[in-house]
Amino acid sequence: MAEITCRGLTLGYENIRLVTDLNFEVNQGDYLCIVGENGSGKSTLMRTLLSLQSPLDGEIVLGDGLKATEIGYLPQQTIVQRDFPASVREIVLSGCQSKKGFHPFYSKTDKDRARENMARLDIDKLSRRCYRELSGGQQQRVLLARALCATERLLLLDEPVSGLDPRVTEEMYQLIKQLNDEGITIIMISHDIGASLKYASHILHIGGGDVFFGKKEDYLKSSAGKEYAGYDRNDL
Amino acid sequence: MLDKLIYYFQYPFVRYALIVGVLIALCSSLLGVTLVLKRFSFIGDGLSHVAFGAMAVASVLNLTDQMVLVLPVTMVSAILLLRAGQNTRIKGDAAIAMISVGALAIGYLLMNIFSTSSNLSGDVCSTLFGSTSILTLRQSEVWVCVVLSCIVMVVFVLFYNKIFAVTFDESFAQAVGTKVNFYNLLLAVIIAVIIVLAMNLVGSLLISALVIFPALSAMRLFRSFLSVTICSAVLSVICAVTGILISILAGTPVGSTIVAIDILAFFLFTLMGKLAGVE
Repeated sequence: MAEITCRGLTLGYENIRLVTDLNFEVNQGDYLCIVGENGSGKSTLMRTLLSLQSPLDGEIVLGDGLKATEIGYLPQQTIVQRDFPASVREIVLSGCQSKKGFHPFYSKTDKDRARENMARLDIDKLSRRCYRELSGGQQQRVLLARALCATERLLLLDEPVSGLDPRVTEEMYQLIKQLNDEGITIIMISHDIGASLKYASHILHIGGGDVFFGKKEDYLKSSAGKEYAGYDRNDL
Repeated sequence: MLDKLIYYFQYPFVRYALIVGVLIALCSSLLGVTLVLKRFSFIGDGLSHVAFGAMAVASVLNLTDQMVLVLPVTMVSAILLLRAGQNTRIKGDAAIAMISVGALAIGYLLMNIFSTSSNLSGDVCSTLFGSTSILTLRQSEVWVCVVLSCIVMVVFVLFYNKIFAVTFDESFAQAVGTKVNFYNLLLAVIIAVIIVLAMNLVGSLLISALVIFPALSAMRLFRSFLSVTICSAVLSVICAVTGILISILAGTPVGSTIVAIDILAFFLFTLMGKLAGVE
């Protein structure tokens, strides 16, 4: 069974319907990119997958023993975080929360886990540094390490490379690819259609009345894919 | 000078004032860091005005124990204000402004119409600026304050990690299963308790200063959440003690003296931060 199955999903808020009758599924180890124009409902879909808001219609079924709290999340940065006084270690450790329930303090296992994930993303030397003093790429790694503390199964990434320079962007994609190769399912919202086509195994295209879900190869043959991916080729 | 202090400390009301002052300073600074970072600095101000209004109603009704009315009213307002702040920022802002001036006006109006005291402006002034109330505390009020402060501190320590997670990134915390709404509610209730306690010390107009100054000062110098929290607690207590001692020796109003010291500390920390090259 798939880890996530969406059936007849209608998304939006109040009386605005952004996406209607959306069907797709995500299996373990997939690398799904969600593409589409601004305002097409990508972020709403992500918030719905995280159960931060409920769908207007349809359902999301979790399978394969995946629990709702086992979805790691890399959000876009908020204004609050930009000048937040917190050390890297404190932030990464806060990812361990999900398993704690009402237990107040972190155990040694949690701390080890945080340390391992910092080492995995090559930020262990920064652990005492203040988050707001780091570069954009380093901050993303910190948030990624936090997400990994929360889960080892599925990561949702909301435009993980926005605001990063090309070299750091490439590093970030490599890192995500590496995590995917280690067996973590990736769902990523992206504006970067070139990179999406390079790394993803599946594409979900929403917005503009055209919905496509399927393997990357099929996407390139579809009308939505030809049009959307075409933009990018012309740019190059 | 020392003789004078020892002389004053023979009186129980001076000792009470010091105990209550230290406890309130400690509690308010703990929550200050979270409030400032969540962009809720003004909630303290709005709530204190609500507490003022509630107190006016309580004195009009001639309640012997005003806490019974003031505390629940403030708690409910705190919950409502935090709820409003969640939807959109502007709505939350406007809600705070509305409730805060509204409560202030109604409170003063009630006190004026139904006044039982011969010195109305004196009463109002001491509620707003806390000029004398901390020196007229009864033993029972001191105990209430001690118990409530202990509860606040215990809750803060127990939920420290959750409070951090919710402050830093609400969406992430909620996505991984932290009960964000519950913790926001908890924060609202704690804030209300602190505001009501702090009214005794500095009066309702100056409470915000007690909440935000230590946190802002600490953020000039320190760079992790834990060190900022500890520093702001220590700083707040030091400022409160210094302020109370000065006001006893020099005969100045307690609340405004403490706030003045807090402001001085803020500039000192800003300067030190610049010198240390943190900013």
